[in-house]
This record gives sequence, structure tokens and C-alpha cells, in this order.
Amino acid sequence: MATDHFPIEAGHIMLFARSIGDTNPIYHDASAAADTEPGHVIPPPTFVQASAQFTDGYVLRPVVGEPWFGSGKEPTGVKRESSGGGGGTGFHAEQHYEYHAPIQPGDVLKAVDKPGKSWEREGRRGGTLKFSESITEYYNQDDVLVVTARSVGVQTSRVVE
Amino acid sequence: MPLSKANLNVGDQHSEQVVDNLSRTQIIQYAGASGDYNPLHTDEIFTTQVAGYPTVFAHGMLSMGLTGKMLTNYVGDGRLTKYGVRFVAQVWPGDTLTATATIDDIREEDGVSLVDLSVSTVNQDGAEVVKGTATARIDD
Repeated sequence: MATDHFPIEAGHIMLFARSIGDTNPIYHDASAAADTEPGHVIPPPTFVQASAQFTDGYVLRPVVGEPWFGSGKEPTGVKRESSGGGGGTGFHAEQHYEYHAPIQPGDVLKAVDKPGKSWEREGRRGGTLKFSESITEYYNQDDVLVVTARSVGVQTSRVVE
Repeated sequence: MPLSKANLNVGDQHSEQVVDNLSRTQIIQYAGASGDYNPLHTDEIFTTQVAGYPTVFAHGMLSMGLTGKMLTNYVGDGRLTKYGVRFVAQVWPGDTLTATATIDDIREEDGVSLVDLSVSTVNQDGAEVVKGTATARIDD
């Protein structure tokens, strides 16, 4: 999820930590965090996924004035092109992170996408599975690589049972 | 507290219940914080009537985040060098998840002591929902 401007904000880290039920003070209390080994507030290990908030055109965020595929007056606001009546769905299959350097509130990250591999196989529950990999490198304001993320998505040909 | 090499053995395990009776509200919290507003996770009408699932289900990344809480509680703050998972099965509202790390190896790389962990999270029926690995820096 490429973005030129992913500001690391204390409030955002706090909300993210709450959403995963993590009450560790290092995620919300700067004075408690000062006494820890990192010495400052840090984000939880999966936080960079929230760069989606700062990615232009991210397809899973509604856009003002444009139809949204979730429900409103109707069960969906977008009539999708038929894909053969398969009911297939895109899913997140794998996620991998490598942590290279610390992140803290005040940092401004840049996320650069790199293409990955793609492959297919027959699945037991969702018909033909089409996998695609993407690699995102997160750099801080000093151009230091802080996190490498590798994501694998899968498109199923029918509803997963 | 960071882990200390002297106190660790291959095969050691650490387990935590990372969520009890997962609420739809917590899934909505995760959508709001992460920015992934896919209606499959929060919109019952879309999910049942359009997508064809019995109900909404958690983001894979919420399961990974919950599992990561167990890991950071075990290895200490800022100690992870790698963390990766495969999303094995869906996590539904009402699920209770228990995450476990098992020590696979204790080693040294470029003068740094590391522990390699396998990671597994299961639901209340014992079915695995997340499977992965992690590596963390440890003290000598």
C-alpha cells in the first residue's frame, strides 16, 4: 500500500492497540514508555498495515460521492460485473514483516510497493485459488528502511465453505 | 522483560488467551483503526445477502494483531525482528482465541542472540486459525 506520507501519530497507535485488545502502556502512555527498553511509544508489530488510511485510492475505504459496495438502501451500492455466478472473494492469505529499525510518534514513513510473484492452485474449500504477492518497504524521514512487509492475497472462485 | 538465553530451551511454550468472545464491535474498532473498511467484516447485510457468508468475520490482520499481542508480551517490547503468518481459517464473532509460541531454535547471528518461534492460534474448538513464525532478539 504505497504512500508518500504515513505520519506516525500517538493517537492512531493508541486506537490501533485498543482495536487488538492490547493494553500494554508502551502503546498509549509516553511517560511509562520512557522507562522501557525502546524508551518511547512504539506501535504494535502489525501497525504499518494502517498505512491504508494514507493510501490514495485504497479500494476498501469509501470515497465521498462515489458508490460503495457495502449496504445502504440496498444490500450493495455497486452491482458487480458477473464473474460467472461463482460468489468468489478476495482474501488476505499471508502477511510477513521484517523489522529493521524502531518507529515512534513523529516519524513520517514512506511506503514503496514492489511487485511479487503470482501463482494458482486448486483449493479444497474455495475452488481455484489465485495467489498474488506484494512487497512494501517502509522508510522513515531519514530514508532508513524500518519495516519490510510481504503480503499474499488470494482470489477464490467461489464462496469458501 | 526481554527473554534471557540462559533461561530458554527449545520446545518451551508461551500461551495466552488473546480474545474472549470476539465482539462485532471489536471488529469495527479494528476496521476504524486499520483503515480496512471491507464490508465483509462489519456489514451483516452485505456479507449475508451479497457475499453469501453466514455472518461477518474478522480481518485476518485482526487475528494477526491479537496473536502479536501474545508475542510481544512474551519476547518484550521492540524485540521482534520477524513476524509472519498464514491465515488458516476464518475467525467469527463469538470466537475465543488462544495464541501459542513455541521455541524452535536459539541461535546467534552477527553477534546477536535470537530465538526462532513457531506461532499458532486456535479457536475455542481447537481449530487453528493462524499459523506462523517469529524471530526475536534475546539477552545473553
